[in-house]
Amino acid sequence: LAGAPTSTNSKAHRDLIRALEKLLGQDAVLSRPEDLILYEYDGSVEKGRPDLVVFPSTTAEVSEIVLLANQHNIPILGRGAGTGLSGGALARSGGLMLVFSRMNRILELDFENQRAVVQPGVVNFDITRAVEHAGFYFAPDPSSQKSSTIGGNVAENAGGPHTLANGVTTNHVTALELVLPTGEIVRVGSKQGDGCSYDLTGLFVGSEGTLALVTEVTVKLSRKPEAIKTLLAIFETVDDASETVADITARGITPAACEMLDGWTLRAIEDYIHAGFPLDSGAVLLIEVEGMLEAVTAQSASIDEICRAHKAREVRVARDDKERELLWKGRKNSFGALGRIASGIYVLDGVIPRSKLPQTLRRIQEIGTEYGFNIGNVFHAGDGNLHPIVLYDLRDNEQFQRAMQASAEIIRYCVEVGGSLTGEHGIGMEKSELMPLLFSDADFDFMRRIHDAFNPKCSLNPGKIFPLSKGCGETRLRPHHAQTFKPESAPAPTPEAPVSAT
Amino acid sequence: MSAVTDSAVARLESVLGANAIFTAKAANRDLYAIDGIAPTAFAKPASADQAAKIVRFAAKENLSVIPVGARTKLFCAPTPLRYDVALDLTALDDVAHYDPADLTVSVGAGMPLAKLNAMLREHNQFLPLLVPYYSHGTIGGAIASGLDSPLRNAYGTPRDFLLGAEFIDGAGNQLKSGGRVVKNVTGYDLHKLLVGSCGTLAVITRLNFRTFPIPESTQGFLAAFPSHETALAARHKIIHSPLTPLTLDVLNAQAARLFDGHSNETAPIPEIDGTHWYLFAEFSGNPDLLARYRRELAEIAEQSQAGDMHILEDSAAVAALAARLRESIAHVREDFAEPVVVKLAMPPAQHVHAATVLQSVVGAANLPLVIIARASGPILIATSLPAENSRAEAATTSPVDAPMVSLFAREILSLARSFGGRAQLISAPLHCKASYRAIFSESLASEHLLAKRIKSAFDPNNLFPTLDAPAAPPTPPKSETSPRTSHAQEPASQTDLPPSPPAPPPSTQS
Repeated sequence: LAGAPTSTNSKAHRDLIRALEKLLGQDAVLSRPEDLILYEYDGSVEKGRPDLVVFPSTTAEVSEIVLLANQHNIPILGRGAGTGLSGGALARSGGLMLVFSRMNRILELDFENQRAVVQPGVVNFDITRAVEHAGFYFAPDPSSQKSSTIGGNVAENAGGPHTLANGVTTNHVTALELVLPTGEIVRVGSKQGDGCSYDLTGLFVGSEGTLALVTEVTVKLSRKPEAIKTLLAIFETVDDASETVADITARGITPAACEMLDGWTLRAIEDYIHAGFPLDSGAVLLIEVEGMLEAVTAQSASIDEICRAHKAREVRVARDDKERELLWKGRKNSFGALGRIASGIYVLDGVIPRSKLPQTLRRIQEIGTEYGFNIGNVFHAGDGNLHPIVLYDLRDNEQFQRAMQASAEIIRYCVEVGGSLTGEHGIGMEKSELMPLLFSDADFDFMRRIHDAFNPKCSLNPGKIFPLSKGCGETRLRPHHAQTFKPESAPAPTPEAPVSAT
Repeated sequence: MSAVTDSAVARLESVLGANAIFTAKAANRDLYAIDGIAPTAFAKPASADQAAKIVRFAAKENLSVIPVGARTKLFCAPTPLRYDVALDLTALDDVAHYDPADLTVSVGAGMPLAKLNAMLREHNQFLPLLVPYYSHGTIGGAIASGLDSPLRNAYGTPRDFLLGAEFIDGAGNQLKSGGRVVKNVTGYDLHKLLVGSCGTLAVITRLNFRTFPIPESTQGFLAAFPSHETALAARHKIIHSPLTPLTLDVLNAQAARLFDGHSNETAPIPEIDGTHWYLFAEFSGNPDLLARYRRELAEIAEQSQAGDMHILEDSAAVAALAARLRESIAHVREDFAEPVVVKLAMPPAQHVHAATVLQSVVGAANLPLVIIARASGPILIATSLPAENSRAEAATTSPVDAPMVSLFAREILSLARSFGGRAQLISAPLHCKASYRAIFSESLASEHLLAKRIKSAFDPNNLFPTLDAPAAPPTPPKSETSPRTSHAQEPASQTDLPPSPPAPPPSTQS
């Protein structure tokens, strides 16, 4: 929006609240500062407080809310569980936030066709819970899967450890119902998946809530594999572990998941999770193979062999589901565990070609040393999707700035070796200033044309994806923390936000 | 008007050099004809930069441009309303990047698909995109046409392994989307829009893919069934078993007969009996796995009343059948006098119903019917219009109303709609092509509005071919969406919305 919303104590603002309460009921509208403060954070280092929070229950209500917001010239954005890691669901420009937690129904389960139709507020793992009795599951498994919602997963095109073989969210979504910034309700895609127009579903998934609000999602249900084998390969050095991953990839073996945890990180985790990670190792690989029994047996034998060829000290195999779940619990709670030992943690999400893994991990350690940080690595090694974790003291602004500079340097290196800024967390408001590392002015102009084809007034989720000078609605943007997170570093505002680890 | 004039050609030559732009021989221009319409000139840029120059020139001169590759699948494209310059991209066939250890490759759009796979094969890798006209077609054409590959059962469609693209928009800007790493959420996934865009959005100049290891020894399974119900029941059991075959298709007798008629391969294949339905599957793996596939596929087929069953252990025989399956559309177009090919996207459990309806409709009209029902994909349907009748009908009345032409299309459309599916025309005789395309567009009335916005963002001056418009006048919003009752309250259409209030002056908020 070109203009500011009505002031929060103006008559127009009170009118809007009344209209929303009339539409949704009083218990579906939050406007008191002490309530709104709960919605100013996500899992990133950013913050942005909405002026109003509403909880729609139906698509028709979402459409009505959008129309009301348009009449009052106030920006809108959608939010699921707020577990995002890039500030995608933060009200950077204030405005009206639609929280989809009441739209949490599974509308249809079609096992014959392996599809489920769900509302956006359904928690990722609840889809699996609803279908596992019939032998199915929902494949994308972000670490936040027990709290993050499918709407948020669709907005960010969320990944997870098992996307290596199974694909990310966009590979599992076949149709969407959307509310456009004009209030129009539209459907794209089909249950089967193929359309006969452009792949609009493919465009909207991963558009970070900047093109439309998602009100219904048709997802694929995957058949639970017949056999699963989980291996824990233990190495003396990070180098050996990363050479192993590069070799597994180069030989054309695609495990279901291939995760690396470096020794420094797993010692921090083990203290909290007690997953049974060896405390004296340099790095471990958590590798899972799944599929038909005969294939799993052969694949795990090859992987075992490759690990040992790269000096693995030991390759353990999880004996049962309990051992397997414990290993995964250790992996999926690792960011949370690190949150216990530092007041600030910053998780990166760069991607590199898998062949460049060893050299990139070495470079990350060098950058850590140069800037004076211990940088841990817990990441999707098989995808080349890094998650370097920079720990810093939240109260020390100088340290925070250094952490951001070190992070930017790591991302620059990822781009230099042919990689990308983010593999699964999204650009949001956090990495937008790094976008010029990959895209030209012409690219931004073009992306802006696509953006404006749906969201011409920038009324929906302003201040995301685009660098500030290339986007829209800057005039009313609040400063944000990662402004130092730029190719050419700029002065940073004082950090105030506590960091919640997810 | 917008036809390329001599002076325009001269100016274009001065931009590019005389070797890149051609107007001379009409016969050469005819090579680029789409539905009998030849361009005024064709240009063969040597680089993406040159291609962009041509597009910028065309934008300035208001000349229409149609990007083409090896011209094998031009029949899929909409009939051009205007066609000044054919932009031949076959010279853009470089390998910009290939990292076998990362299983990623980046190639020019003009790279022949078969040549790309030959290169990948040196590293025991391949691109699982086996589309018709495989041996001559380019990778750009394979993506732009959006045609189906039998291997999607195991590897998905291009949207699952296309990592990024470079392209030229309608203003001549050289743009990119995605990247060349296997996982990436940086920016909008604009490259996905190019899949199946048939040259209407942009000139694709480079494509980045994830590659895959060539599966170890592949074998095949072919079984005959007494009916479509039994064949599809067997397919259903396989889908819901632990087996994960590479391809899994059910074919009717007429489709299977295409196999027979095109046995230009040297390897022997089982004799196809033209009265049955067939299930064909390819599978791969280690010897233990292959043995299990052979055993369990046969068991499932037997439970579903299969007659003849063949295990194809010889890889050449499997390859021969797979190639014929891949080329089905090409064979239909060769064999049938007035071929109509349609893709019907419906969920697999509804394929039985679809096959029943199609057989009764087409059977009643006494027309040939080819059905290929892909497990994780659409149903491919082909028929051959009775040449004289349909021509006469088309001539006497408006094409859409020609009974023979629209009967088939309307039935398919209603089939698709009844299950929230989609129908898409792949090939039709020229005299009824526009009618078919328009009829099928009806199933996307609401998506059409969004597609138009995408089109204008890519190509604001309509330099590239235009989208199909629905045949019928705009239908009420209710019929635009699937018939599910949970959405009885449909929204106001775009035009019913109140105008947005004017924006107040900007101010900062703190």
